[in-house]
Amino acid sequence: MTEPYTVEAQSKDLLVLNMGPQHPSTHGVLRLILKIDGEIVREVQPVIGYLHRGMEKLAELGRYPHFIIECNRADYVASYAYEAAYVRAVEELAGLQAPPRAQYIRVICLELDRIQSHLVWLGTFGLDLGALNAFWYGFRERELILGLQQELTGVRMHPNYFRFGGVKADLPRGWADKAHKVCDEIERKLDEYEEFLAQSDTFVMRTRGVGVLTKEMAIDWGVTGPNARASGVDFDLRRDEPYFAYEEFEFTVPVRTEGDCYARFAVRLEEMRQSVRIIRQALARLPQGPIIQKGWERGYQFLMAPKGEHYARIEGPRGEVGIYLIGDGTTFPYRVKMRSPCFQNLSVLPELMRNNLIADVVAINGSFDLVMGCVDR
Amino acid sequence: MNALVTELQQEFAAQIEETGELLGKPVVRLRREALVSFCQAAKAKGFDFLACLTGVDRPHERSLEAIYNLYSYKHRQHLIVKTRCPYHDPVLDSVSSVWKAAIFLERETFDLVGIRFRDHPDLRRILLPEPWQGHPLRKDYPLEREQFVNKDAQGRDVVSFDSTEGW
Repeated sequence: MTEPYTVEAQSKDLLVLNMGPQHPSTHGVLRLILKIDGEIVREVQPVIGYLHRGMEKLAELGRYPHFIIECNRADYVASYAYEAAYVRAVEELAGLQAPPRAQYIRVICLELDRIQSHLVWLGTFGLDLGALNAFWYGFRERELILGLQQELTGVRMHPNYFRFGGVKADLPRGWADKAHKVCDEIERKLDEYEEFLAQSDTFVMRTRGVGVLTKEMAIDWGVTGPNARASGVDFDLRRDEPYFAYEEFEFTVPVRTEGDCYARFAVRLEEMRQSVRIIRQALARLPQGPIIQKGWERGYQFLMAPKGEHYARIEGPRGEVGIYLIGDGTTFPYRVKMRSPCFQNLSVLPELMRNNLIADVVAINGSFDLVMGCVDR
Repeated sequence: MNALVTELQQEFAAQIEETGELLGKPVVRLRREALVSFCQAAKAKGFDFLACLTGVDRPHERSLEAIYNLYSYKHRQHLIVKTRCPYHDPVLDSVSSVWKAAIFLERETFDLVGIRFRDHPDLRRILLPEPWQGHPLRKDYPLEREQFVNKDAQGRDVVSFDSTEGW
């Protein structure tokens, strides 16, 4: 990059600029210490931990089911992600199997959750780049999904809905029709969003070619999810290591090779369309039958996972959400490690921001879809 | 067992203490001296993604365990590498030269479990403030002893056990 912004008089002395933790563009409590040379950022040092709640320690203090409710609060924008990973880890370690209807309901929940999480991202990313309308529209459509979630689970945001061996409650009467209508609405609106963001010169100029993450860097730094797929890593756990009932659905995994902010935008937009596709298939083919494995409707409180270790991972909206679970044969987990996608995605940010403009720091940070609850746990 | 893992096991037969399987994923327990050379060989064989690093306190063995979850995008293959270090010398070699992902993961493990990683480029606490006392994920961490963070006159973090100090 040429350096038209450097003021000669400033020489090479770097100015230290503090950004955050209270800053509208850091999406929560991320603090970035920027060393700037005129308008150009020479060094970035992220400071995290402002939202550290010690969840891994809390997991050891409660019984197995108690941690589901903590999982919701880890990534508070996509509450189902950690919940699903944890439930999967415990089920596989304890040898439980949820019935097909429960698996389908889980897939519907996870995909609805992915759409609403991406809508929040779309809104805030647009807001970062000066497109205020994206924020209002994104949150308007998200409200439809939160309404569905409230009807299904009783709450808008922290569902606590998955159980070991199934789910908490069956779909209410008429819920499937409402979900179909929401899908139609979202799909129609997605075209609209694409139109007013992808065709906005300002948006395209500020994202195209900005913050390029190469495929090698993405793998080396442990970047996963849509951010990696925008850099050409053709990998999606839903397709390549199917869990719950994902192997029964048809969908494509969007991959771009540019690795810039625009590619990350395009991949997420396409992912929402694919999620709608999965939800429609799941609703149409929803099997009849029980929603929880027999005998586990009430008995899950005293689940005793056997002595053993297991690493379970699922494809969350932000990447690979993993739980490394160690059981010691009691009703308490011995150790729960939460593998956070945001934590790993954040680690590469200083590399991408170096030698870019301060304004691009905001664009790159926004395009990575960090949730600080997920980073700090 | 996968051919890749078998090759690695043969190459490092002298350094491997134990092999096994965790729900279909091959596991290798290494002597801690061999960690970096094993990881380099694993990466050369295609294990290009360090998915997860877990630090575990094992009070009965008086040691700390580190568990590395490796994955190969090319071969679609898992490998779990385990190694441990005793309480009196909680030091492991850093694998951040092999996978950049280890930089943050090792900082986190140092912060919460207290394993020190030799040759790490920037080994500081990451989630807790720098002067924090103890490592919370140790089993003997005193939960009833609260710690309060404040700033001193220079703006640095200070930790005290008295909630009224500095106010």
